[in-house]
Amino acid sequence: MAHARAAEQPAEVPAWSLPAAARERISLPATWPERVTREWALGESTGKGVRVCVLDSGVDADHPLVGELEGAVVVTVGEDGATEVVEDTQGDVSGHGTACSGILRTLAPDCRLFSVRVLGAGAIGSGPVLLAGLRWAVESGFDIVNMSLSTTKRDFAPTLHDLADQAYFRRTMLVASAHNMPVESYPWRFASVLSVGSHGGTDPLEYYYNPDPPVEFFARGLDIEVAWAGGGTVRSSGNSFATPHLAGICALVLAKHPELTPFQLKSVLYLTAANVGDAA
Amino acid sequence: MTDRDELRAAVAAGVLGSEDAYRELLRSIVEVARGIFRAQASSIFLHDEETDELVFEAIAGAGSETLVGHRFPSSTGIAGWVLVTRQPLVLENVAESPHFARDVATGTGYVPKGLMAVPLLHGERALGVLEVLDRPTDARFTLEEMELLGLFANEAAIALDLLRSARRAKAALEGAGDVAVVARIAAALEKLEGERREAGLRLLGALEEVLEAEKPGAL
Repeated sequence: MAHARAAEQPAEVPAWSLPAAARERISLPATWPERVTREWALGESTGKGVRVCVLDSGVDADHPLVGELEGAVVVTVGEDGATEVVEDTQGDVSGHGTACSGILRTLAPDCRLFSVRVLGAGAIGSGPVLLAGLRWAVESGFDIVNMSLSTTKRDFAPTLHDLADQAYFRRTMLVASAHNMPVESYPWRFASVLSVGSHGGTDPLEYYYNPDPPVEFFARGLDIEVAWAGGGTVRSSGNSFATPHLAGICALVLAKHPELTPFQLKSVLYLTAANVGDAA
Repeated sequence: MTDRDELRAAVAAGVLGSEDAYRELLRSIVEVARGIFRAQASSIFLHDEETDELVFEAIAGAGSETLVGHRFPSSTGIAGWVLVTRQPLVLENVAESPHFARDVATGTGYVPKGLMAVPLLHGERALGVLEVLDRPTDARFTLEEMELLGLFANEAAIALDLLRSARRAKAALEGAGDVAVVARIAAALEKLEGERREAGLRLLGALEEVLEAEKPGAL
């Protein structure tokens, strides 16, 4: 759990500067091999124990392709406009959260899935609901938050940016759908977030690093058989489905290498992308 | 929208009867979208901010006679998800999903086999959703089609924004407030011709001078 990892840091670690005498205290074991390979990064991994939060429309916990859902909450809005996070018993209000969860379960079968529902309370006021849901997820210390969604409201950008940075330093990897339309939207544009677009391939474990950001990675996003709320499957396309593919790959890597920070996790993904170095 | 913007839009609407024209444009967009994607139907939904609902605004193909004006929740179902998350979505083989069939049937009575849905974004706002139903499934969906869908969405968003402005303008013209009075005068002036128009313009010019002179700091 990200909280636990952060709490385990020695209390005397210098926060703002590094005196000569303190160097030894922050020495870290170098566990990376000379050459980072996909086998080292995620080979044999099942995502075991990695806590993944699906920030979406809720999840149908009874769907056989979703497997065990360890928890589900929903962000509600009171009459005074204040948001509250409470247990969710309604499940999925559109089907999309179930689809993302099914993709995550397929790629990382032993990951621990949680749902934070930020849809269903109306389109007006959905911005504060999204922020409250993300804040709850970051403060809960998930390893990965899957965000197949974005906002175009600039008023929310500074708060989203702060939350994304908090997540980054607390070792919570935010994985967010990039926009494939020429609009300003958030949080996928932030450098502390792992942003995902679609490639046209069929391999769920194939991913590409984009040398021309702001979209940083491409994962499978076309013509995918996904779970849908209420049982059964549909075929689907969109960056919103590429996102849980890359989030699932992150879960595989973090299960093998739980010490990785978001910065290091991005580096591992870069080094093992299908278009980088030997792999290319 | 400022009073000045409201007035300008009101005059435009009053003089040009633009609401009808923009509705025609929306209908044309869904017809072209249906044709380009070789689909069975295409629809545009407007987000009604007064009631926080999605409203069928233009339809080509199945349901076009009966569904305009039909309303449903703004943040559930497929269109609601697309509106709130600002993300496009393409789904096929959906009739096999019981949840989906119920979800769509509740809104339209027509259960498609597949659909493409894309948000209509204008600046910071999500104005509505464009859907294209039942494109042929003999070919795999491509990234190029996704791009094309985005292009249509841009066009539809501009048309939808114009329609919203025209409706606000109409409301301003028909209203009882100060702005409505000025808007009606401006619209009436636009209809005048010859000497009466010249006289009206001189009168308004004189009124403008008086108002300018009363501004703090003016002579």
